[in-house]
Amino acid sequence: MKSMSNTKDMTMKQWLHNKKRRSYSVILLIFIGLCVTVAVSLIGILIGFILYRGLGHISWEFLTTARSALRGTIGILPNILYTFYLIITTLLIVLPIGIGAAIYLNEYATNRRLVRIIEFTTETLAGIPSIIYGLVGFLLFAQGLGLRVSILAGALTLSILSLPTIVRTTQEALRTVPLSYREGAFALGATKWYMIRTIILPSSIDGIITGVILAIGRMVGESAALLFTAGTGYALVTNYFQALGTSGGTLSVALFVYATEHGNFNVSFAIASILVIIVLLLNFSVKLVKRKLRKVK
Amino acid sequence: MNTKNKRKDIVEKTMQGVFFTLGMVTIIAVVTISAYLVLNGLPAIREIGFFEFLFGQVWRSTGTDPSFGILPFILTSFYGMIGAIIIGVPIGLMTAIFLAKIANPRIAAVVNTAVELLAGIPSVVYGFVGMIVLVPFIQQIALHFFGIPSGANLLSAILVLSVMILPSIISVSRTALVAVPRDYEEASFALGATKMETIFKVSVPSARSGITAGVVLGVGRAIGEAMAVMMVAGNVSNMPELFRPVTFLTTAITRELSYASGLQRQALFSIGLVLFCFIMLINIILNFALKRGHKG
Repeated sequence: MKSMSNTKDMTMKQWLHNKKRRSYSVILLIFIGLCVTVAVSLIGILIGFILYRGLGHISWEFLTTARSALRGTIGILPNILYTFYLIITTLLIVLPIGIGAAIYLNEYATNRRLVRIIEFTTETLAGIPSIIYGLVGFLLFAQGLGLRVSILAGALTLSILSLPTIVRTTQEALRTVPLSYREGAFALGATKWYMIRTIILPSSIDGIITGVILAIGRMVGESAALLFTAGTGYALVTNYFQALGTSGGTLSVALFVYATEHGNFNVSFAIASILVIIVLLLNFSVKLVKRKLRKVK
Repeated sequence: MNTKNKRKDIVEKTMQGVFFTLGMVTIIAVVTISAYLVLNGLPAIREIGFFEFLFGQVWRSTGTDPSFGILPFILTSFYGMIGAIIIGVPIGLMTAIFLAKIANPRIAAVVNTAVELLAGIPSVVYGFVGMIVLVPFIQQIALHFFGIPSGANLLSAILVLSVMILPSIISVSRTALVAVPRDYEEASFALGATKMETIFKVSVPSARSGITAGVVLGVGRAIGEAMAVMMVAGNVSNMPELFRPVTFLTTAITRELSYASGLQRQALFSIGLVLFCFIMLINIILNFALKRGHKG
């Protein structure tokens, strides 16, 4: 930017005696300003509108009860629990695999061609749309493995879906660990696994946490991959292991069901505003972790 | 001492094996997904006939005389993608230019946060807001000008999709624009070009492949999006027209999978296979664009 302002005097002169070029610049600048305004105001209006229409419909009862056909009341506690169970289960599966894969790529792999293939397949996984994950998860986990439509089938599907996020962020974090740390550890006679366990992983933990938060964000927002794997159930199941085997809709899936099947827009707005708040919180925490990371460096 | 070393050796070897296995998981996952889609998608295509399936114009999956032609879905997905590009790319690219070349750091940080939030909002939320705000609005227009009493149509879907592809276009193009060597721009200034001329005649052309990658990434998102589109597009198997309710490849699957059986169900898997092929094609283009970008 600085170097650009140095040339300002000259460009000003050009502007003055060349009307055509001047209007070209002004028109483009106005167009850019317009586009930025559209993009930024879109998100502002979107979030404001959802919170405005939704927050009023959130009550203590709404958050802490299940849907009751008898009393005709709607509560989203089961959906909150299912979202929570699904995130926990998915992380339990995907974290060891994802972090392990990143460690292999960064610390063990010597065959560059294999590394390229693994990185290519990771990119491919990241590009597959969630409805395809839903379809394959339904065929493979719900039917093939006989898990039926359940939280466990949903968690397995989400594990593959969020694998690229975990692998990529962990890989980036591992790359920032200086080579001298590794050399120092080896010089002291540490074995590779010991070095990874005590030096590499602790020094890249912030980066890994960032990846976990990003992955949680995707899981909270996911719906197409879950509709046919975890299902749309809304019964209250407090036992975690029992919940693994039952069909349960997360908050996003519940929003879809209430909006399209029930046409209950008040409940939909309330769930949408909860989702928006979660997204805001996750975004904020990613920023916090990153800031901490920068300070340490 | 010796036994301790030996045990250490075993642990090392085991861990190496474990990490190797974990490294293979992504490959296994891609192979499994491809194999499952091909195995489950081919039977219906074989039974219906390759050309009848891909180029048939009528999808009537539940009638007594069923017909499984997915051309309407393919064309709808294609038009939806083109529409989203026409609206989304200018807005996204201009915002990226603003972030990379014009805004001061503080304003850039604010805009950046907005873009990140745009990326984080769940697709059902986009779909829902589209359903509540956009569809009634489009309905007014459709009724007034064309006498069509529905606002859930291709246009609504295109508008929602163009918003949803903004974050990928903005962030990838921005990175590409920031990476343009300063020398190029300074040389342009030295030759007397204005800032705008420099941006549009030097910076943007040299960031071409990165910008292409951003657009292709956005295209992938637009083609793969299911839920948001499901809520605003009307879900009728029409040939695409701007003010007609339509069905995308993704929503054709979502709409019927829960109750489908027999050949209808298998045909849904075939649609999944077609969608997967499109996505793989896009991935290959993306890879190509990124590689060219790295080479400069």
